[in-house]
Amino acid sequence: MGSDKKDDSILMSSASRRGFLTGASALGVAAAMAPSSVMAASPKKGGHFRLGLGHGSTTDSLDPATFENLYMQVVGATLRNGLTEVDQNGNLVPELAESFHASPDGRVWSFKLRQGVKFHNGKTMDSGDVIASINHHRGKDSKSAAKKLLQPIIEMKADGPNALVITLQDGNADFPYIISDYHIPIMPKMGNGVDWKSGVGTGAMVLQKYEAGVRTTMKRNPNYFKKGFGHFDSAEVITIADATARTNALTTGEIDAMDKVDLKTAHLLKRRKGLRLLEASGNQHYTFTMRCDTPPFDNVHVRQALKYSIDREAIMKTVLKGHGAIGNDHPISASSPQHASSLPQKSYDIDKAKFHLKKAGMSSLKIDLSAADSAFAGSVDAAILFKEHARPAGIDINVIREPNDGYWSKVWMQKPFCAVYWGGRPTADWMFSTAYAADAAWNDSFWQHPHFNELLLKARAELDTGKRNAMYAEMQQIVSDEGGVLIPMFANYVMAMSDKVEHGDVAANWAMDGFKAIERWWFG
Amino acid sequence: MKTVLKLFMEAPWSGRFGLLVIAIYIMLAVFAPVLTPFGESEIVADAFEPWGGAYLLGTDNLGRDMFTRLIYGGRNTIGIAFLTTMLAFLVGGVLGFVAAAMGGWIDQLLGRLVDVMMAIPTLIFALLILTITGTSIPVLIVVIALLDSTRVFRLARAVAMNIVVMDYVEAARLRGEGLWWIIWREVLPNAMPPLVAEFGLRFCFVFLFISALSFLGLGIQPPTADWGSMVRDNATLITYGDVTPLLPAGAIALLTVAVNFVVDFFLHKTSGLRDEH
Amino acid sequence: MPQLVKMVVQRLALGLLTLFVVSVIIFLGVELLPGDLTEAILGQSATPETVAAFRRELGLDLPPHTRYLEWLGNILQGDLGRSLANGREISELISWRLYNTLFLAAIAAVIAVPLALVLGVMAALHRNSLFDRVINITTLTSISFPEFFVAYILILFLSVNAGWFPSISNVGSEMPFWDRVFRCILPALTLTLVVVAHMMRMTRAAIINLLASPYIEMANLKGLTRTRIIVRHALPNALAPIINVIVINLAYLVVGVVVVEVVFVYPGMGQLLVDSVSKRDIPVVQSTSMFFAGAFVLLNLLADMLAIVTNPRLLHPK
Repeated sequence: MGSDKKDDSILMSSASRRGFLTGASALGVAAAMAPSSVMAASPKKGGHFRLGLGHGSTTDSLDPATFENLYMQVVGATLRNGLTEVDQNGNLVPELAESFHASPDGRVWSFKLRQGVKFHNGKTMDSGDVIASINHHRGKDSKSAAKKLLQPIIEMKADGPNALVITLQDGNADFPYIISDYHIPIMPKMGNGVDWKSGVGTGAMVLQKYEAGVRTTMKRNPNYFKKGFGHFDSAEVITIADATARTNALTTGEIDAMDKVDLKTAHLLKRRKGLRLLEASGNQHYTFTMRCDTPPFDNVHVRQALKYSIDREAIMKTVLKGHGAIGNDHPISASSPQHASSLPQKSYDIDKAKFHLKKAGMSSLKIDLSAADSAFAGSVDAAILFKEHARPAGIDINVIREPNDGYWSKVWMQKPFCAVYWGGRPTADWMFSTAYAADAAWNDSFWQHPHFNELLLKARAELDTGKRNAMYAEMQQIVSDEGGVLIPMFANYVMAMSDKVEHGDVAANWAMDGFKAIERWWFG
Repeated sequence: MKTVLKLFMEAPWSGRFGLLVIAIYIMLAVFAPVLTPFGESEIVADAFEPWGGAYLLGTDNLGRDMFTRLIYGGRNTIGIAFLTTMLAFLVGGVLGFVAAAMGGWIDQLLGRLVDVMMAIPTLIFALLILTITGTSIPVLIVVIALLDSTRVFRLARAVAMNIVVMDYVEAARLRGEGLWWIIWREVLPNAMPPLVAEFGLRFCFVFLFISALSFLGLGIQPPTADWGSMVRDNATLITYGDVTPLLPAGAIALLTVAVNFVVDFFLHKTSGLRDEH
Repeated sequence: MPQLVKMVVQRLALGLLTLFVVSVIIFLGVELLPGDLTEAILGQSATPETVAAFRRELGLDLPPHTRYLEWLGNILQGDLGRSLANGREISELISWRLYNTLFLAAIAAVIAVPLALVLGVMAALHRNSLFDRVINITTLTSISFPEFFVAYILILFLSVNAGWFPSISNVGSEMPFWDRVFRCILPALTLTLVVVAHMMRMTRAAIINLLASPYIEMANLKGLTRTRIIVRHALPNALAPIINVIVINLAYLVVGVVVVEVVFVYPGMGQLLVDSVSKRDIPVVQSTSMFFAGAFVLLNLLADMLAIVTNPRLLHPK
């Protein structure tokens, strides 16, 4: 259990990547394999599963366009399904789709749907529902967080009730990944839109009662189309924001599992009888982001000086208590097949830091660093450690604890140097085009690197995996050396559960077994 | 000095204990840099080193010396709490007396103003103001003092109301004494005991308020040590029977008890009662 | 008593004014906070386009005064409106949380107020005795711990170790009365520990303050027992400041318990207010604040009425 997930890829193998482009046959195999191969023990049915999550707000809604926290992501993934999904081992597999394939240039994607899948309200799912569900995020008036992701779609056409064809502006080998995003589940069509209010989907559980920011109760969907999933009779997801309260609830048997274990006391929790920790290491990373359009960070040597004056090991050990991995200033984690393993790891080197500072024409430097718990838990502590590490290099970091409230609108992408967390994206292309491309909406380092941007476009259209990965390796090198994002560490997802709860392999693409703990776990 | 000593000799054991503890806290606060083995924010070892050896009380979650943090924390926290409480009593007390003594539209205006401020939940009010203004220490002091002064105002006004309807105040008014004379000579001395009792509690509420603010990420700027945030940072440990968070909490409790013992001693002295022991 | 009635009417009118001013302040305060609902909800995924579309949908693109007046117009007709974030009726959102908040406050008050009065009177009666000191030290220690810390300690001993009470109080809407009370015991105890000291000390101080008064001396000389002197003669005259402190603490039990709600996962109004402020869901913030402010105004009026009843001279200002 736990850290043995580290070596599992969250990305599909290169063989299946090519499969997308060459036809449906390879995918058919992947789809057939997915449900049966992963279970170690055979799951038992039954029981009432109570999950305590540190997220959830009274302002939440069931509209997937506005999902913004783990609570809604887990509830959403339990009630509904997507066209595709990332399975426990990190492979992309069809979910409501039966198979899919692309035109040779990766522009036209054809999806064949599973037949006879019923929504909770008895209606049979068809291509009209799929198109309406995707259109929910598109169009001029869309407020969806997924709007940007779906922007490349120029046309969607139903090909009978059980198939559809989606045409993109440019070829994108990663499109099936994008369509698996948690914002884009399939919901029943209603009028010109979709019915999101009722919570009706095709998922493993049927919604009984939803109280925003408090609890959600669900019971098993007897007609669930995915065989081998959905073992609990009923489930309840409870918001418990305070980490200590969550831990106490688990200890006293009020809940069966929880997310976000307090890392400071994880070693103590592990010793409690009847409980165990569950850890998954994926793409989630924490950064200190510098704005490259603002002095002094517009000078690449200043950025490099800072990258050498942080002791990553110490911060990882202190802030994450070892529940993570050190970063190398690029966002592609070691678990990704696109990770550039040959890249030398940056170390804590005061001499190099001083050297770069001198090259920037400075003998000392005084800067502000903004942090808050809403950036990532422990970011203020990490910033204080950084301050102590950088002092000998002649860099004086003034740590500012910003209010949690308003951090994302007032500090992030506003202040020149601030702490940020990234959930990570499943592919290098997705990650780079989200936060590193010059024209990306969330290019939070305001970094402009023509050669990097060129490579990004070239890699997206490149069909040969070897050549493609070589380009990604070069891009990681560029980001690491010249970029404005300092990435000290990747953080594991650390969960805890009662011994009664059993699970198979645990996905690392997102927290709570890729949001799907409720359909994947069971009581032993 | 002599009067302090005289006061000390005169006090019952609880009063002596209180005065002694306060004296020790003040000494620790004043001489913090001399008494502590390390710097306030200096990282000296790994996190959570055990007690003893070079680190008397072990180290905190970042590897800073707990003993050092505790003493500096006292210096910062007591200073802030004292200034805040004084300011709150100055503003709230004076306005409360004025409202009671003058009555009429001034009383109405001040009363309604305070009603409005108190009708907004404190934590939300603080959240609104501090998110907009930032949380530098002077701002923190002024904001908490203002919020606290509304409570002081109500108490001061209520107590003074009972006094200004007394015959001797009536007599003073008829003699033609001015507002300030009445407040200073008649109202203040008679209103002192409940206000002093309130002072003892308000003083320690400031620590608690700072610690509640750190719940919202609005506390004192790091790496400055303060007891409220130190309790908050280590609170989870108590669930596992680890006593670390009890250190700053205990420091607050001891000071609270001491201050209130002195307050009780003062109340006893001013009540004019003979010592019955 | 017509004067008392007149005062009540007058104060109720002023209370409405207070509510109005509070609503303006809250509205302005939330407007001044960085970002709005759309940015708070879209968070890291906000783009200028989606934010603009979202604002149009919710009417957040209208100027602030228009939105405020619209809200005011609706609320004067008794319509609280809908939550911007999830479109739910605010009245429905608030009603059971309001019930929960009042329920918890009531349980805590039922325990805390009599306890504080009895302890305060007894401490005044036996002042400087061992009993006085022990009560003093205990209550002082309990209030010098932050609420969440008191809660953690109670949970550790009474829930995790002893297993007597549940560690979280996530009451449901269909829970039977006594189950609900049982689930609320730990938060109510926490709140009791937080408020008792303040009320008890004020009771004690106010009584002791009066013991030197001539009429108490007189009663002393008449040879009445100390218990009788304190309960019959001192307490009634000490009531004004005591009532004031009790009311402040009652108001606190209704309005100020968000931290306790968070620690015990109790679905009360405080949590709703904090969530709505952080998401800038202004109609919900406004309605919630109105309830808090209303509760405060009413409790306040109650305190002043009681003060007048105990000291009728207050009715005749010069």
